[in-house]
Amino acid sequence: MRKLLPFIVIVILIAAWHFAVLWWHSMIIPGPWAVVTGIAELARKGLLVKYVVASLYRVTWGYLSAVILAIPFGLFLGWFRRGERAFNPLIQLLRPISPLAWIPISILWFGVGDLAAIFLIFLASFLPLAVTAMNAVNGIDTVHLNVGRNFGLSRTRLIRSVIYPAVMPQLIVGLRITLGIAWLVVVAAEMIAVNSGLGFLIIDARNAGNRYDLVIAGMVLIGTIGLLLDTVMRRLEQLKTLRWGYENK
Amino acid sequence: MAQVVSAVAPGTAPIKVRFQGVNMVFSTDGASIEVLKDISLDIRRGEFVCFLGPSGCGKSTLLNIVGGFLQPTGGSVIIDQEPVRGPDPRRIFVFQERGVFPWLTAEGNIGFGLFDLPTKERSRRIEHYIRLVGLQGFERAYPQELSGGMKQRVEVARALAVNPDVLFLDEPFGALDSITRLIMRGELLRIWQAERKTVLFVTHDIEESVQLADRVVVMTARPASIRRIVEIDIAHPRDLSSRRYIELRDSIFEEIGLAHKV
Repeated sequence: MRKLLPFIVIVILIAAWHFAVLWWHSMIIPGPWAVVTGIAELARKGLLVKYVVASLYRVTWGYLSAVILAIPFGLFLGWFRRGERAFNPLIQLLRPISPLAWIPISILWFGVGDLAAIFLIFLASFLPLAVTAMNAVNGIDTVHLNVGRNFGLSRTRLIRSVIYPAVMPQLIVGLRITLGIAWLVVVAAEMIAVNSGLGFLIIDARNAGNRYDLVIAGMVLIGTIGLLLDTVMRRLEQLKTLRWGYENK
Repeated sequence: MAQVVSAVAPGTAPIKVRFQGVNMVFSTDGASIEVLKDISLDIRRGEFVCFLGPSGCGKSTLLNIVGGFLQPTGGSVIIDQEPVRGPDPRRIFVFQERGVFPWLTAEGNIGFGLFDLPTKERSRRIEHYIRLVGLQGFERAYPQELSGGMKQRVEVARALAVNPDVLFLDEPFGALDSITRLIMRGELLRIWQAERKTVLFVTHDIEESVQLADRVVVMTARPASIRRIVEIDIAHPRDLSSRRYIELRDSIFEEIGLAHKV
């Protein structure tokens, strides 16, 4: 019953949507069935796979390059307090700037195309990841570091056996939240900087003849894929070696 | 230094740990706080010494200095004729149960310091110490699945597994309920008698110190210095209602200026 409840809510809302569209005889807003046929149409034309792959491709590269650079950078800042003091004001200054504000500059630098979108996703992911990594290092219990030193661990072994497992729970949460941000940003980036992908689908469907069934089809696809990505990341939090970080807090 | 005859360890055992005029002053924001004042003491190999004092008196600081985690601002600590320069795997610090790594199983924690051993020897040692502290059946359990007393056992086993000469225990049973605490004291004594480590044990519990130690070092309030050293000349296992036990306990209560009445 508990698992069924969310589905019941969704079914009720879809039904309400269906009847509301019937009631108002709306010419523009499509009903749920029109959206389903819209998705089917996309699939038939081969656009469904093409656009989903294009969006995932950009997110993958933008996000992964941010992960590779931001996490070591954040860990470094957290470990060397002087680095944190030097960089933190800059980070806090850049953080409130929406990644979308970088769209003109990224187009200027990379032109209209994949690189511009990837760059935007990289920017959107970098700071949250760096800040998470920095805070995760600051949160390491001194007692655990002392235990490591007491048992005579070398520097590399201390990193591998104490620091790495100690920061993982927080890092995984940061990775999950940031992947959500990256997925939000790719849609916006694709509306402006490229001509493929789910964001492009939405803006293109509207511009090319008010195809609101395709607009909503795009929205449904974005939501579904976002949910799937989040579910995968949440799975990681169930690992026994990480779960300690989420309990009693 | 007066010759002290230990109840269990022979008084002729060589000196293991020597405190030479240890001073500690913390300075924060221009203000300096004197925490330790002129601590000099010799501890023999195999001896069980309790440092007893009120909370916040600086006895933990003293233990952190001898453990190598803090540098004293004056004097020195010498172990095996060598000045202490940092933490050393031959001397293991047992924190309260929070020193257990939450991301490792009981097994993983106990084997933590054994990274240099071949796998077979490593698992043999882990098994031995699991049995010694009575954690059979919990090898694969994570700390969050263990009680406070069990976590403390894991920590003690992890320390013993690397076969150190000296154990530092900083109020190790402070967070446990009184029944578990009594059991753990018995276990610690049993292990100490089996393995003959030198033990430096910090506590604010008078009864605990008299139950465990060969000698109780009674500290003053901050800045901590040695007020008196009480030798507990009762063989183990100690009868907690014997005249001598009560006599020694009450003399410490008196020393600290507490009437032993509630």
